[in-house]
Amino acid sequence: MKVPRLGLIIGACAAVLAALLPFIGLHVPWILPGAVDVVNSPGTLGVLALCFIFGGVALGYDVMFGYTGLLSLGVVMHFATGVYVFDIALTHWNWPLTSALVLTFVVTLVMAVVLGAIALRVSGIAFSMVTLAFAQAVYYLVQDNPHGLTGGDQGLAMSSSRLPTFLSGAVSNTRNLYWIALGFLALTSVVVWIVTESATGHVFVAIRDNERRVEVLGLRPFGFKLVAYTISSLIAAGGGVVYILLIGTAVPSAVASITLTLSVVIMVVLGGAASRWGAVTGGIVYIYLQQYLVKVAAEPTFASLPAFLRVPLSQPQFLLGAIFVLFVIFVPGGLAGALARSRFRLSARRARREVSAP
Amino acid sequence: MSVYVTLAFTSLALGAVYFLAASGLSLIYGLMDVLNLAHGMFMTIGAYAGWDLAAHLPTTWPGSWIFVIEVAASIVGGALAAGITEIVLIRPLYGRPLSQILVTIGLDLAVVALLLGGFGSSSLTLPVPLWLIEATRSGNLILPHADFVAIGAGIVVLVVLEWFLRRTRYGITIRAGVENREMVRALGIDVGRAFTLVFVIGGAMAGLAGLLYTVVFSGDLVSPLQGDSLLIFALIVVVIGGLGSIRGSAVAALLVAVVQDFTNYYLGTHSGLAEIGNLSVVLLLALVLEWRPRGLFGRTS
Repeated sequence: MKVPRLGLIIGACAAVLAALLPFIGLHVPWILPGAVDVVNSPGTLGVLALCFIFGGVALGYDVMFGYTGLLSLGVVMHFATGVYVFDIALTHWNWPLTSALVLTFVVTLVMAVVLGAIALRVSGIAFSMVTLAFAQAVYYLVQDNPHGLTGGDQGLAMSSSRLPTFLSGAVSNTRNLYWIALGFLALTSVVVWIVTESATGHVFVAIRDNERRVEVLGLRPFGFKLVAYTISSLIAAGGGVVYILLIGTAVPSAVASITLTLSVVIMVVLGGAASRWGAVTGGIVYIYLQQYLVKVAAEPTFASLPAFLRVPLSQPQFLLGAIFVLFVIFVPGGLAGALARSRFRLSARRARREVSAP
Repeated sequence: MSVYVTLAFTSLALGAVYFLAASGLSLIYGLMDVLNLAHGMFMTIGAYAGWDLAAHLPTTWPGSWIFVIEVAASIVGGALAAGITEIVLIRPLYGRPLSQILVTIGLDLAVVALLLGGFGSSSLTLPVPLWLIEATRSGNLILPHADFVAIGAGIVVLVVLEWFLRRTRYGITIRAGVENREMVRALGIDVGRAFTLVFVIGGAMAGLAGLLYTVVFSGDLVSPLQGDSLLIFALIVVVIGGLGSIRGSAVAALLVAVVQDFTNYYLGTHSGLAEIGNLSVVLLLALVLEWRPRGLFGRTS
């Protein structure tokens, strides 16, 4: 298989540039989502960190959805596990950071293997429905506030007493959290790159394209699907941990709802399923737009619009949903698909020119 | 004893609502292979259509009239939403089942956000006649009147739907399409029209389910997210009953409702177990899948 060298170089450059961003105090009007129009203001860095988190989660989900062809509607339960287990271990049990991290990933691993194995008893649409039901069960559990652990609807604020000093305290440490989110995205990218380029990754794609053929070749698709499911789940949980570090409060409607699951699906499809940079870009663009549109809706000029324009335009979720619907109909393959098509058209034109003018 | 009867009665009403929500979903899936995640949105639209129309009616009208109009509005609202969805969004994507699912996801998010923007996130109170809130009591036996309405609606829809699917030309086309779509198309029958019809029927039932859910279980409150939570149970019912089977949906709806209500009654009062009824339903789903991955009435291919 051809290794996309150019993509690697661009990715590395983007990562280095992103890592240097907190040192750039540039004033940029209009396009920034934060309240202050400065690149390294805590508001902007916070939003970008959130973008990186969901870029990573979307990339992890793409392993299962784009590469293996499993439309799971339960990613959010593993994200929520990351958020809540980590939060509970730090806040209620006063555990040190590393123990909390280990516990989070052990719980996620067990959950992913058990629930994944049950859900993978069925395939296709039924799999989507079952994972959705499991995710909803997790939502109910969290909302239920068992033994006062999760805080229910009120949410659970994270205690930072056991965190190292460079992570505790909100605004002044945004820069550190930004780097951690970027690190999470970079690590996820490396892991997903290795997985998808490996022999196992090729079996994932083969299962997506023709599961029966993989069986005939003597491989058991179930095991591979479970591995893909588990990898996605662990990455989602990792995203959950970085999320709670950044945001500081876990609220069920924000971290465990169906809406979030559907958003992750949208991110991957917008960027382009089965495309690594597509999924990352989809996640980043989605969150960026979501935050940016909130800022736009708060502009004073906005209030003077007539109601039939103001009401829909003030709902980012409406605009994103509508954009997504248009994308699905008119831009199959998402951003990655559009780029591939324009590349193809370009090379076709070049080929035609060479033929006509030898 | 009367406790059991009361519980069984409310389970029956809940089952009726689940059946209305799930059977359309199951038909749509059976015929078109579309997992319609906008089905919850149809339910929400049904409830809002009822509320919105009632808000424009003179308050001097008798409550029963207004309720009948609300019911009609929910059915028409759900059917319209579903018909438009099918024609505008699903039809251009025939042959791309994954894209069809994705489009319903985007639509659901967009419309729920629009309802949030238009009506606000707080719940609205649906005006209902007094008799609907009351209950028939004798001793410990309590039979809420709203439950009678839901059960009645469930039975009527089940009978009409069975009649329609078995005795009418369109119904037979739909059933044949569920069995083997390509064969129906090869016989020169326009399956596309059946697709729209199935969406409209499913949407009408979903709209009704949304309104009845409001009346029977959420204390006459309408909220933008109610359809999405009802959708989860509808999906569970469809999987347990077997994709594409109406009778399977009916049986599974009752099973899910009974399990949910009885678990809630016996365990839900303990602290920290308020959602145990909902969790038990997911457990039931897992058990059924372990035992019968195709659901209770699913075909073995």
